[in-house]
Amino acid sequence: MANKILVFIEQRNGKIKKSSLEAIKAASDMAQKLSGSVEAISIGNEIENLENVGGFGAGKVIHFKNADLENYSPSAYADIIAKYSSENSIDIFFFAASSMGKDLAPRVAVKTDSGLAMDCISLNCEANNVVATRPIYAGKALIDVKLASPKKVFALRPNVFNSGAPTDKKAEVSTVNVGTPNLSVKVIDIKKSEGKIDVAEADIIVSGGRGMKGPEHFKLVEDLAEVLGAASGASRAVVDAGWRPHSEQVGQTGKTVSPSLYVALGISGAIQHLAGMRSSKYIVAINKDKDAPIFQVADYGIAGDVFEVVPAMIEEIKKIKS
Amino acid sequence: MKIAVCVSHVPDTAAKINIGSDGKTLDPNGVTFIVNPYDEFAVEEALKTKEKIGGETVAISLGTDANKETLRKVLAMGIDNAVLLKDNNYRDSISVAKALAEEIKAQNAELVFFGKQSVDFDNSVVGQLTAEFLGYNCISVVVSFSLEGNKITCEREIEGGKEIVETTLPALITAQKGLNEPRYASLKGIMAAKKKEIIEKQPTAANNSVEIISMKKPAPKQAGKILGTDATAVPELVRLLRQEAKVI
Ligand SMILES: Cc1cc2nc3c(=O)[nH]c(=O)nc-3n(C[C@H](O)[C@H](O)[C@H](O)COP(=O)(O)OP(=O)(O)OC[C@H]3O[C@@H](n4cnc5c(N)ncnc54)[C@H](O)[C@@H]3O)c2cc1C
Repeated sequence: MANKILVFIEQRNGKIKKSSLEAIKAASDMAQKLSGSVEAISIGNEIENLENVGGFGAGKVIHFKNADLENYSPSAYADIIAKYSSENSIDIFFFAASSMGKDLAPRVAVKTDSGLAMDCISLNCEANNVVATRPIYAGKALIDVKLASPKKVFALRPNVFNSGAPTDKKAEVSTVNVGTPNLSVKVIDIKKSEGKIDVAEADIIVSGGRGMKGPEHFKLVEDLAEVLGAASGASRAVVDAGWRPHSEQVGQTGKTVSPSLYVALGISGAIQHLAGMRSSKYIVAINKDKDAPIFQVADYGIAGDVFEVVPAMIEEIKKIKS
Repeated sequence: MKIAVCVSHVPDTAAKINIGSDGKTLDPNGVTFIVNPYDEFAVEEALKTKEKIGGETVAISLGTDANKETLRKVLAMGIDNAVLLKDNNYRDSISVAKALAEEIKAQNAELVFFGKQSVDFDNSVVGQLTAEFLGYNCISVVVSFSLEGNKITCEREIEGGKEIVETTLPALITAQKGLNEPRYASLKGIMAAKKKEIIEKQPTAANNSVEIISMKKPAPKQAGKILGTDATAVPELVRLLRQEAKVI
């Protein structure tokens, strides 16, 4: 088999997402092991710096262009990828398991009759086949899977694979103008949550729980997040209490995150919360109960009062950053 | 209009997960099972839609006899009919979706609700896959849903905001937390659900492409250091984050 890998480049507002660069790098590592090749596909209107994906390992990019495709359309995007792949005998597809990737990858799998492995956190090669590791039961267990189908789709959990620094190789970009895309499902507008970093994409997250005592004290969580350039998150207890929006909830029924630093303020560390954040690279917990389960996963902790410790953290970090 | 809702029967989110002796499956001993939390939002939306436009609701679940417990619970919430697609064997998401699509077609349901994710294998794909097999329009991870005539408008949660998405029937929607507040079953509902028949059917045999090689628990995290009990520990914490962890 030729092992031709196609990576989907996700763009928002004409900018390439970091998770797509991670997918390109992972695909290019896999292509070496499988003696295959990597190309990339992008869909949208104008996209900045497409040629730069060459630096992560994609030799060529096909850009499907139409003003109506600037926003995501599941129907149109899936059709375009499926058609391109059948004309170009693609064997393996890589997506980022972002909100767009999770929506699109399964559609492409059905249209191309491929097997599907979602949310992969590690990829290896055995006997010229890909072995993917993925978390199940909210990360309480891991499975190694392989796909028996000739064609395969893999979606990679964002923030887990390292894209590395780019080389100065440029990709060869060709643009195809799309006539009339299939817009049977169409995004007509995007409502942005104001000026905030989303927990799902943040490199640092500061989350507050019931130990913050009331919605008025989340200013402290936000202030610490601000000095760290972090997103603010929340436990379910405070989301259910209406103190914070659901989009901030981390955990089994919220978002699964793997930032490089996760700071838990006044969060006990219930099993459902741990499920969503235990794969963070470093975890800091501030909780006045030294026996709180959060300390079992924390790398560093202070068993003290958030109202005393957090203002001191803000001051100390400001000091070293200035 | 017929409205279908697909529900899965999953380990309680508080359950401790142990691996079976084959090293490939969950050891179900001591694990309680519940209605998949996201499916409760799907059931609620199906019920609300029926209350608004009339019609009939049917819940479909694929799995073993144990899934009847979940089907009874959603009947108690007010779903009219329930179908168990009985299969004791392993199925990957694509094989699950194929079987569900066949049943939805047999039911002639034009509007279908799913949870956005089943909290066992956490793939977040069965809804989208089923829609593809049916040729239905599909919007996933929905936090608001409205149906006017043939036209559907949803808000779909994405990183840093929401997409406003439009489509038309026939359609399949996957529900995210925030879509609604699932109702509790009333005593009357619970009594009525006990009397209802759960129709059992045999789905087409699976043709799995995902082969599970092994299942294991993640390496336990080493408990870290508690640096102190008050603000005096803060300089050391910040130093470690900067010099040891190198994350700030
Ligand atoms: C189906 C299901 C799904 C769930 N999904 C999720 C999920 O996705 N995410 C999630 O987070 N939870 C989830 N939960 C809820 C979970 O079980 C816990 O109830 C929740 O995480 C508790 O939130 P908390 O840690 O903020 O509150 P608590 O458990 O009440 O903990 C508060 C902590 O604050 C500490 N504290 C109090 N005052 C101070 C102070 N002044 N300074 C320092 N520390 C202080 C206390 O010692 C305590 O440890 C789920 C539950 C169920 C049943």
